[in-house]
Amino acid sequence: MTDATRTLHGAGRGWGPGRAMSDATRTLVAWVPDWPIVAAGVAAGVPAVVVFANRVVACSAGARAEGVVRGLRRREAQGRCPALLVLEHDAGRDARAFEPVAAAVSAFAPRVEVVRPGMAAVATLGPSRYFGGDGALAARVTEAVTAALPDCGAGTEVGVADGAFAAGLAARRGLVVAPGGSPAFLAPFPVATLDRPDLAGLLLRLGLRTLGAFAALPGTDVLARFGPDGAVAHRLARGLDERPLAGTDPPPDFAVQVELDPPALRVDTAAFAAKALADELHRTLAGRGLACTRVCIEAETEHGEHLARLWRSDGALGPAAMADRVRWQLDGWLHTADGAHRPTGGISLLRLAPDQVVPDDGRQLGFWGGSAEVADRAARALARVQGMLGPEAVVTAVPSGGRHPAERVTLVPWGDVREPARPADRPWPGRVPSPSPATVFVPVLAAEVVAQSGEPVGVTGRGAVTAPPAQLLVDGGRWTPVTGWAGPWPADERWWDTGAHRRRARFQVVAGDTAWLLALEGGRWWAEASYD
Amino acid sequence: MAFASPSPAVPPGLAGLPESVRPVSLAGARVLPVLPALGSLLPGGGLRRGSTVAVAGSPSLALALLAGPSAAGSWCAAVGMPSLGLVAAAEVGVVIGRLALVAAPGRDWAAVVAALLDALDVVVVRVPDRAVRAADARRLAARARERGSVLVPLGRWEGADVRLSVATSAWEGLEHGSGHLRARLVEVVAEGRGASARPRRARLWLPAADGTVAPAGNGSGGVSIRLPAADGPGAGSGAPTA
Repeated sequence: MTDATRTLHGAGRGWGPGRAMSDATRTLVAWVPDWPIVAAGVAAGVPAVVVFANRVVACSAGARAEGVVRGLRRREAQGRCPALLVLEHDAGRDARAFEPVAAAVSAFAPRVEVVRPGMAAVATLGPSRYFGGDGALAARVTEAVTAALPDCGAGTEVGVADGAFAAGLAARRGLVVAPGGSPAFLAPFPVATLDRPDLAGLLLRLGLRTLGAFAALPGTDVLARFGPDGAVAHRLARGLDERPLAGTDPPPDFAVQVELDPPALRVDTAAFAAKALADELHRTLAGRGLACTRVCIEAETEHGEHLARLWRSDGALGPAAMADRVRWQLDGWLHTADGAHRPTGGISLLRLAPDQVVPDDGRQLGFWGGSAEVADRAARALARVQGMLGPEAVVTAVPSGGRHPAERVTLVPWGDVREPARPADRPWPGRVPSPSPATVFVPVLAAEVVAQSGEPVGVTGRGAVTAPPAQLLVDGGRWTPVTGWAGPWPADERWWDTGAHRRRARFQVVAGDTAWLLALEGGRWWAEASYD
Repeated sequence: MAFASPSPAVPPGLAGLPESVRPVSLAGARVLPVLPALGSLLPGGGLRRGSTVAVAGSPSLALALLAGPSAAGSWCAAVGMPSLGLVAAAEVGVVIGRLALVAAPGRDWAAVVAALLDALDVVVVRVPDRAVRAADARRLAARARERGSVLVPLGRWEGADVRLSVATSAWEGLEHGSGHLRARLVEVVAEGRGASARPRRARLWLPAADGTVAPAGNGSGGVSIRLPAADGPGAGSGAPTA
């Protein structure tokens, strides 16, 4: 009885994170060398490289034969091999092309983890028993993966070891490391294998050249000296798992939907269903340690109309936040002011599809309390207004670089990532001096400026006014006498770009009680801003 | 070490900490703080929660009104103001990350403002050109009163608790052809009902040379204050005092 209990318990631990802390999962890694080249469909014999940021990140066997290695500059690589085919790095292409390979591996075991495009790992505990040992499984996987590859002579390497890290290294040699043999297998590898250049440099200076020497250090001391990342590297060097293999089921379709019968004609009826739906989705995702940052809200009406709108937020959407968004969106659809987009029938189907999920790392509340709640309340109100007017209607400003007051902020829809269009921390010579105008006209207003003689004021080629401004008229208003003025400040922007080139002369003019920022461009005056 | 021997001088970054970490809604905090220069214009020395403070015409005055609550942690919104100068807002002290802008509220602007009044502390609204229905105005004022937020209509508004307007305005810094706008001396008048039935006046630099708002002393007018001509834009020493 006790024996049976222990066995069951032990088997149950096989997948859990608890086991990974103390032991390593027996792992098979299938590796396709030079994956970016293979993904691009180039035959191995053709000298080809994939470059990213002007550096070679992958090269074909043909290129390697000509002396091209990873890390070279593009020009250097072309110098060594003039016939070189240069391909741009495309992470999407790599990932798309790898899907058939991952599918081939998942024919042997369902839980395949794509380490990166080109390398897939799978836990071998069950499949090895079924196929008659690690060696037999490795042979079958090699065969299946090679068959799944595009027909360009690419090879496949498969390795089996305890722990994904050791298995990855074993795959480079096509080895099956005996159970328990990972530490001994890893010991002679140089510390640079850990792929942590800073740590490797430090270890070398400390005289620790191999993984074996690093692994011999006590774990607690490594944690104290090198921090959590060092501790992870230490686990790898000892042949343990960095983390357990992903335990998620393959292509998860997290979308949830509910049919409403009878169709909901009122927002509150549909919103009630949406609340349960949001709870369900949130539970599903939370069970996988995921949180949703972008959700597609879809609705169908009894007349077959299909409505969909994507909602996103820079924080994770909780069930209440998601339900609120559904309610506001329904509100927006059913009570939209213009009849053209209003659904003609009741809502018969409601569907929530998470469009973007991230690992749920919890939410850190503000240290001082209080303000987090206020911000939360404000966020809900703003999202509500977005539901009424559309996501683009509510914006906040981000300081941004530029010369003109209108350029010095970037407007970002509420909930989007707040990034400036132009960096604000650079010098912008020729900037309109502060204080800045409180009103910036978008679009600019037509203006007229005349001298005492009644002649329009212009600017000469040498950057001087033809006559002092005496009267100002803005946007068809009344002529007002000018009491003070400064300028012209020439603004010759983007002279290197014929399309975007603008040549303007700016003036500050006080007329009556109001101060204006005027611009003269191509002989026409414009009021760009007012300091009122 | 730094904790063992605290220096008596408060580092500049920490000067505002006690204000910013205070829980935002204390039971007694019925008045949102405003810039010191504006305090004398408002009953209670600040924006009383639940009140309606109309500003006649001057966006810069409305921004100056927002600066105090915004710096103290309040969320604000500006509705129907697509041409609001946000750089000026930042210069006067508004935290633009907490200023939501609804440029085109459309025909349903009253509903938008009501939704914002529900949760935000101060909502500035450019009053639409067409006449505002008295019922809408009353309903929004009631919403602000109920939710403890402050409605700041920009333009003509019936029934405001306080009406602020710029009576006189004089710019400094422009010569004939040279210089640049440096500062503006304004006289702001506050009228209203109840506690502010007696008009109050204040002379302010709006903006002062560094973009902030500063009181312009209590001179009874006619005191000519010239700024040092060599003062560059944004120089902190430029805030003039009489």
